[in-house]
Amino acid sequence: MPIKVETNGEHCRVAVEGEMTIFSAQELKEALLSPLTDNDDVEVDLSAVSEIDSAGLQIMLLLKLEALVLNKMLRFTVHSAAVREIIDLCDLGAFFGDPVIIQSQTA
Amino acid sequence: MNLDDALQTFIIEGRELLQHMEDALLQSEQGADDPDIINAIFRAAHTIKGSAGLFGLDYVVAFTHVAESVLDKVRSGELAMEENLVALLLEVCDHLGVLLGHVAAGEEPTDDTSRMSQVLVGRLNVYLSGETEPPIPASVPVQHDQPYETMGGGAVETDNWHLSLRFGKDVLRNGMDPVSFIRYLATLGHIVKIITLTEAIPRMADMDAETCYLGFEISFNSNADKATIEGAFEFVREDSLIRILPPHSKVTEYLALIKDMPEEEMKLGEILVKCGTLTPAELDSTLRAQARADEHPPRPIGEVLVEQNMVRPTVVEAALNKQKQVKESKNNESSLIRVDAEKLDQLINLVGELIIAGAGANLIAQRTGLSDLLEATSTMSRLVEEVRDSALNLRMVQIGATFNRFQRVVRDVSRELGKDIRLVISGEDTELDKTVVEKIGDPLTHLVRNSMDHGIESADVRIARGKPAQGTLRLNAYHDSGSIVIEVADDGGGLNRDKILAKAIERELVKPDQPLTDKEIYNLIFEAGFSTADAVSNLSGRGVGMDVVRRNIQALRGTVDIESEPGKGATMRIRLPLTLAIIDGFLVGVGKAAYVVPLDMVVECIELSQKDREAAQANDRRYLNLRGEVLPYLRLRDLFEVEGQPGRRENIVVVQYAGHKAGLVVDDLMGEFQTVIKPLGKVFSSIKGIGGFTIMGSGEVALVLDVPRLMQQANGQEQGVLAA
Repeated sequence: MPIKVETNGEHCRVAVEGEMTIFSAQELKEALLSPLTDNDDVEVDLSAVSEIDSAGLQIMLLLKLEALVLNKMLRFTVHSAAVREIIDLCDLGAFFGDPVIIQSQTA
Repeated sequence: MNLDDALQTFIIEGRELLQHMEDALLQSEQGADDPDIINAIFRAAHTIKGSAGLFGLDYVVAFTHVAESVLDKVRSGELAMEENLVALLLEVCDHLGVLLGHVAAGEEPTDDTSRMSQVLVGRLNVYLSGETEPPIPASVPVQHDQPYETMGGGAVETDNWHLSLRFGKDVLRNGMDPVSFIRYLATLGHIVKIITLTEAIPRMADMDAETCYLGFEISFNSNADKATIEGAFEFVREDSLIRILPPHSKVTEYLALIKDMPEEEMKLGEILVKCGTLTPAELDSTLRAQARADEHPPRPIGEVLVEQNMVRPTVVEAALNKQKQVKESKNNESSLIRVDAEKLDQLINLVGELIIAGAGANLIAQRTGLSDLLEATSTMSRLVEEVRDSALNLRMVQIGATFNRFQRVVRDVSRELGKDIRLVISGEDTELDKTVVEKIGDPLTHLVRNSMDHGIESADVRIARGKPAQGTLRLNAYHDSGSIVIEVADDGGGLNRDKILAKAIERELVKPDQPLTDKEIYNLIFEAGFSTADAVSNLSGRGVGMDVVRRNIQALRGTVDIESEPGKGATMRIRLPLTLAIIDGFLVGVGKAAYVVPLDMVVECIELSQKDREAAQANDRRYLNLRGEVLPYLRLRDLFEVEGQPGRRENIVVVQYAGHKAGLVVDDLMGEFQTVIKPLGKVFSSIKGIGGFTIMGSGEVALVLDVPRLMQQANGQEQGVLAA
């Protein structure tokens, strides 16, 4: 589950690749801690996320909440299909507030 | 644990369970009303569902779940096992087989399969809807429609279930995925609204990525019963806080829910409103009831629970007893052990070596003449014999299982053909080697279909002929002189001798004026491409069947025979060798060479009289008069071109196979001899008359005779036509 961090002045872009699951959750959390504390504007690119489970979702929630407390800007972008699905299922589109194409409520 | 091995076991066991399910369904279709049968069907579905869940095979779980719910209703007496339901369940059984096939191939189900799943689920759901009272589960709080004493308030309006889920913190560590439970829940109905609770997630520095902090409030629309919905969360029930409230639950129940959940009351109340579960008015009255309760002194939990009828002690006990019963009956079923076939073969090989070594020891003992040693080796030989029998028995399976599978075949085919045919089975406990059982399935199926298609006439024809409208197909099995015989018999019209002969002449298989017995004419149907069927049906008539059947049976070193009586019926008789590896043999000597004749086939040994020897040399006659019977014989010396001259006395070993007798002329008779047949290498496989070899106690090689082939030759010589 490689993570690429690119910093461009105030703006930091982190791209997560592969699976965001229980197996990589701890690693993911540690890797994302410093980009968030060091920058004021963080964008997390999820286009290459192949798989995501509850643990991965938890990390996403964690980041968003932490950013709110620290008064920083955190956005998730280019959600892959797996990420979209889990956000839809748990109806968290509004929570994240990121521009995502949301399917109609799951049946 | 290697997941692949476990998955393989799941597939094998799953298929076995499906077989049980099918057998039980057929039994109940034929009128058996036994609750044990229904239980068996339910257990099969339940076990498959559970195991599939372990592997995360959601599509199998979801599909089986619906079937299980229907079966549960049958079990509790709410639904009757009537014809349409049985037919539907048989389709479900077949479809599960398809799903298992996808699992085995490691692929996702195809669109067709998914569509079929939905169709079947739809039909199953018809049986599920219209149900009101959920069955009482064991350890989950029960909601009852009885008036509560202290709390007032009516029922809430919502038509939906409300689920409050607070997953335990170790849930992720235990390998569960909360979101997948929700995904599964969605297959049971429609999630109207879901609210994900994130309040429990701590600051990043304090958060442990492998601890679960998630909770959900869900408004859920479904026709499923409470047990079904609760069942979805079975695996996390222990570690998590799961509360499920049916539609139109009492306000007081929501009060209890609000109290149980860790969130602050007002907050949770708002969430319930947001979910649509409670209207603001209902929330209001709930909180008012709460306030009222606070005025009174707190009461012991036990009293409150009993009063609210949350748990009934008698119910719990009954449920525990039932669980114990199910466990016990499961244990009875699992007094079998699954063994790797290779390991079994290895064991039999070793036993074979043991026998040879034992024979060697015996010889040496005899040479020393020491009586204690002789006794010891004799005891050993006896024990080795018993070990041999046990080891061989391990590979033997009863043919009953194979025969029983044909119930389904006969049922389906008779429907297809529009004929009324019943299957009668006998000799189910006849045992044969496992590999033979597996390979005999296909030929048998073809013969059964043939009998049903061509043999048994349609109902009107039968009545016109004075027969009962229902045709009878008989499957029988028994042992006979070292072979196992399997018969497929029908009471149809028998084989049409003239038609067959005409077709054979047309195909130039025989000459028009060739003298043929009825039996030989019947056997013509085994020729490739032969068929006298006027119409080519789906099943048969294309003429590709019977020759393949015969070839398959011959590959098992067996033979197939036909007996037929016009107007009465026909019987196909398959004869297969019983044991493959270790046999009792009869050792004979020709010159310096030794040969082994399978003891099962030996009838008697007599001396070849001088008179007969002279007659043979004079007239080239190869048969003699055995107490009035004509006995053709072969000289092994000539057949195998053994060097040297025959001794003064020659003996004949009379052997029999399939009702025919023949004689084998040898020099010496060396007595009974237990041995392991080892197969000849490929180099020697085309030699006729030899079926293998073995190593004698002295270390020398003896060739095992293939008696059926030799007999064909002997009989052929007599008739002047060489058999193939």
